[in-house]
Amino acid sequence: MKIAVLFPELLGTYGDGGNGLVLCERARRRGFEVALVHATLHDDVPDADLYLLGGGEDGPQRLAADLLRRASLVSRVEDGARVLAVCAGLQILGTSFSIDGDDEYGGLGLVDATTRRGPKRSVGELAVRIGNRVLVGFENHGGVTTLHGGVAALGSVVKGRGNDGALDGFETDSVWATYAHGPVLAMNPWFADLILSAVLGEQLEPLASAADLLYDERLAAFGL
Amino acid sequence: MVLQKGQPPPGWPFCVFRVVSVASMSIGLSIRNNVAALAVRAVNRLSRLVGRGSGTVAGGRVGLRIAPDLLTSLAHGRSNILVSGTNGKTTTTSMIAVGWGELVITNSTGSNMPPGHVAALVTSTSSRVVLEVDEAWLPHVLAATSPRVVVLLNLSRDQLDRASEVRQLAERWRRAFTNGSIRDLVVVANANDPLVVYAAENAHDVRWCDVPTTWLADAVSCPKCTTALVYEGVHWHCRCGFAKPLMASTRSDENLVIEEEHVTLNLSLPGDFNRGNAAMALTALGVLGVNVAQAAIRIGSLSSVAGRFSLRRWNGHALRLLLAKNPAGFEALLTTVPSDGADVWIAINARIADGRDPSWLYDVPFEKLRGHRVFCFGDRRLDLAARLDYAQVEYEIVNDESKVAASSMPIQLIANYTAFSDWLERTAP
Repeated sequence: MKIAVLFPELLGTYGDGGNGLVLCERARRRGFEVALVHATLHDDVPDADLYLLGGGEDGPQRLAADLLRRASLVSRVEDGARVLAVCAGLQILGTSFSIDGDDEYGGLGLVDATTRRGPKRSVGELAVRIGNRVLVGFENHGGVTTLHGGVAALGSVVKGRGNDGALDGFETDSVWATYAHGPVLAMNPWFADLILSAVLGEQLEPLASAADLLYDERLAAFGL
Repeated sequence: MVLQKGQPPPGWPFCVFRVVSVASMSIGLSIRNNVAALAVRAVNRLSRLVGRGSGTVAGGRVGLRIAPDLLTSLAHGRSNILVSGTNGKTTTTSMIAVGWGELVITNSTGSNMPPGHVAALVTSTSSRVVLEVDEAWLPHVLAATSPRVVVLLNLSRDQLDRASEVRQLAERWRRAFTNGSIRDLVVVANANDPLVVYAAENAHDVRWCDVPTTWLADAVSCPKCTTALVYEGVHWHCRCGFAKPLMASTRSDENLVIEEEHVTLNLSLPGDFNRGNAAMALTALGVLGVNVAQAAIRIGSLSSVAGRFSLRRWNGHALRLLLAKNPAGFEALLTTVPSDGADVWIAINARIADGRDPSWLYDVPFEKLRGHRVFCFGDRRLDLAARLDYAQVEYEIVNDESKVAASSMPIQLIANYTAFSDWLERTAP
């Protein structure tokens, strides 16, 4: 399995590069061979089974969108690659985003979602119900994201704002997207394993780690 | 707006106005400003008496409420130096204060917003003032104090939940220095930090300092045109023409050259980053005509700053207290951890003053601590433990601090903001 963290210098403002580390370690500890690559903006985007996109500031976000367009991320996904996108990464995967002033910027259009600047920044703890589980994290963004044409949200917001106060992120057969930093896979070992399992195409044995203690403590701190 | 680190006691200080007497008023201040200045002193004395903090914020807030232009009137006619940046503010401010010599006024308790500034200024009429300034407040304090020198250290990600994203800060600084009409202002700025260069390049008179800046993850793309910056050895540039400026001061190891004067840095404080702070402090003092060689000797004797780098005792342990609040600061401090495999203690909180989001732990290269055993303290010790686990660093989660076995060797304790305050309070010299 090959995991590529894309442009950590542009999309890694909130520790989101940690998602790659978490997946890699959780796979290795179960005996899987994993290659983790960090593709900087000077590198060609490598082939990979899973691409990771994180959060970033406005200017770098636009640059990242252009680079991903040039690297044909959409056709890579059509060819079977998967993507986990957080915050700015989520916005880039949509059809458009307006973050800096009101000028709309073109996204990759991988998912039919649009983001406009909200009346105020969403900053604080975020909890999202996904099926019978809860995803915890921290959000920090100025966007309000609207899903169109039957795009499924990743989950419903229990605490915080997510996309719009009701839903967070989106999910397709090959894409997971959320506003949760933390990094999200460090705080939610079950979600890391869900993604690993999908990419590896097999059921995984449970893996105890310090992250389990962290997840339980966060749930308790949220009163969940 | 950035949150204040302390809240004022509501209402209670107003009784102090009756003790104001005309005889104790400072010359050159209006009556309103005099009342305000006296209120600052009185409230702070009272607040220290009743044991509420170090007594710098409450009085300052009361004074500014009475006279909103109090900072301007108190700073008027003095030689003011301001110090701002993400990391090294308190240390560099302290170095300038010590290097300058006698009778230097400074906000040494780290209250780096206007209430702390007026609290420092009411303590003395001395003409030598050096103030540490919160990054977001710099444009305001710049306009209010008309400084002779502003020192800009660095800009990197820090407490993103409550502070601005770092590029927005750079933009605000740039506007302040571009529109600023302060006569004779000299900006002493870090030439190796592209965000600082972007902020300062339009200022009328800039002395660029070549100090090592290892953390560049926030300056990968050009602040002007967002194209990737090119880093080649000690130089950097962008195809749009934005590039590292020519330096007035350069430093390698302990050798510092300011304009053409050579100075040797022999610091008691650890770390290469502190030699960089000293280089900028001395460049600022040089602008004011201070004898730089003598100032360097005084700075060399500084061994701790507001408890940072100090050796403290607690429960049979000897602890070297180190403060690191963000990835750049942590990375710099990790270089000072000896590679002898000794235990390291780390304490992490995520209270308001720390930033409530500890995800920055994943931007810190904790992998450098492999071979050490790390004891995890603080409210967010589990976040730290998970990070260390994934970094393959041996860790111990300390839920009961009284049960940590005493050791004979001094232990490095690295803590972020409020965790550091907690440890400074519970330990003894």
